[in-house]
Amino acid sequence: MTGLRTTALALTVAVATAVSAGSAFAADPLRIGTEGAYPPFNMVDENGNLHGFDIDIANALCAEMERECTFVKQDWDGIIPGLLAGKYDAIVASMSITEERKQAVDFTDKYWTNKLQFIAPEEVDLDISPEGMAGMTVGAQRATISAQWVEENMPDVEIKLYDTQENAYLDLEAGRIDAVIADMLVNYEWLQSEAGAGFEFKGEPVFENDLIGIAVRKGEDALREDLNAALTAIVEDGTYAEINAKYFPFSIY
Amino acid sequence: MNVDVMIGALPKLLEGAWLTLQLLFISGFFGLLLAVPLAIARASPHAAIKALPYAYIFFFRGTPLLVQLFLVYYGLSQFAVVRESPILWPILREPYWCAIITFALHTAAYIAEILRGAIQAVPPGEIEAARALGMRRSTTMGRIILPRAARIALPAYGNELILMLKGSALASTITLLDLTGMARTIIARNYMPLETFLMAGLIYMAITFVLVRGLRFIEHRVNAHMRPRPTGPAKATEEAPAGLMPPS
Repeated sequence: MTGLRTTALALTVAVATAVSAGSAFAADPLRIGTEGAYPPFNMVDENGNLHGFDIDIANALCAEMERECTFVKQDWDGIIPGLLAGKYDAIVASMSITEERKQAVDFTDKYWTNKLQFIAPEEVDLDISPEGMAGMTVGAQRATISAQWVEENMPDVEIKLYDTQENAYLDLEAGRIDAVIADMLVNYEWLQSEAGAGFEFKGEPVFENDLIGIAVRKGEDALREDLNAALTAIVEDGTYAEINAKYFPFSIY
Repeated sequence: MNVDVMIGALPKLLEGAWLTLQLLFISGFFGLLLAVPLAIARASPHAAIKALPYAYIFFFRGTPLLVQLFLVYYGLSQFAVVRESPILWPILREPYWCAIITFALHTAAYIAEILRGAIQAVPPGEIEAARALGMRRSTTMGRIILPRAARIALPAYGNELILMLKGSALASTITLLDLTGMARTIIARNYMPLETFLMAGLIYMAITFVLVRGLRFIEHRVNAHMRPRPTGPAKATEEAPAGLMPPS
């Protein structure tokens, strides 16, 4: 059974990569695209090596699927175009499953659950209703659901779009923007850091049950099913919980 | 290729192009103002006078524009002194002014170097002639050397202007929605980089086309005295401004 599936997968990968990568063998590593600028989910250390929750999950999935994996670092706003262009085969970069993205790519099951929440300086009393935020400037990363959420729900807010989440935090520190909206856990991580001292969460999460999945090119069902099977396996055998505990003292599944 | 997507993106992209033009021309204006004294000092034979412009030009030509932009935008805002200054902060908190300041400083270094070369390329005979007529050094500089150097520098300056047009795309990294920033924001929604970037590229090309044409027109005008006289009678005197008649 596994043998058959591996062959089918190899064929699919071969067909898919033939266009861009040339020769393709069953032993070809699975190429995973990630951003590397989204702590604690994916980031680079001083030596330029990728690490973080996404990387650990991807490695666990690859071990489960018994496939070799390589990582490709790609800026966020080009990450879907890069997948479609065949630069890598799957995106493990804490990407929210949205209807718009589903037009362009297919998603696996969720591998964590996100919420969106505002952060702002402690001394500021922020009312995060659309009326309370009117006239304020909010920072978010370009091409994220946070940016989209503000555009759709807070028409009177001026939104500033950043290439990376880190740059949005820099401008929050500098006082150029009144608040940042981002994935709650990314904000959580930043608030724990030295730079985040003096800032806090404002109000309740504005959007819950934002499911994070792995994106693959449309039609690559074999790869998607393999990833789903591996995902179920690592959740059941406790590998997932182990990785989760490395980053957060509560479950994010 | 989806032409509807390209056309649909056009209004937003033109909005971005307007910002790109503002960045280009405002920074170009201040850059030019700064470049003239820099170039004069840089062309000086005295080591003490040319040292400072030399260091300035070396720094701005020796580091990437993106690094300079980040130093001004994210770098300066790290200092509490800057953030608390009632004079600096209203300007430096705006990405618009950060971009204009950086682009102006950057392009000034290049223009200064172009002008320096042009000043040194002014034929020595013309300077001697000015001296022989009793012009002072400053008068010679203002009336003979600079106007002459400006004509010599014009083609290279046009090149620099076009390079800055494309360099201004970096403004998109500091939250500005210039032509490139707008294109990237549209792509974040439609996932159609090919169509969107192609359309943005066409707009950049159209701007370049107009710039090239405009510069060629100016070149044609200011170098009127360099052209051979038309063979027909009279006419020629009207075209060439007084005092710029061909030498023989």
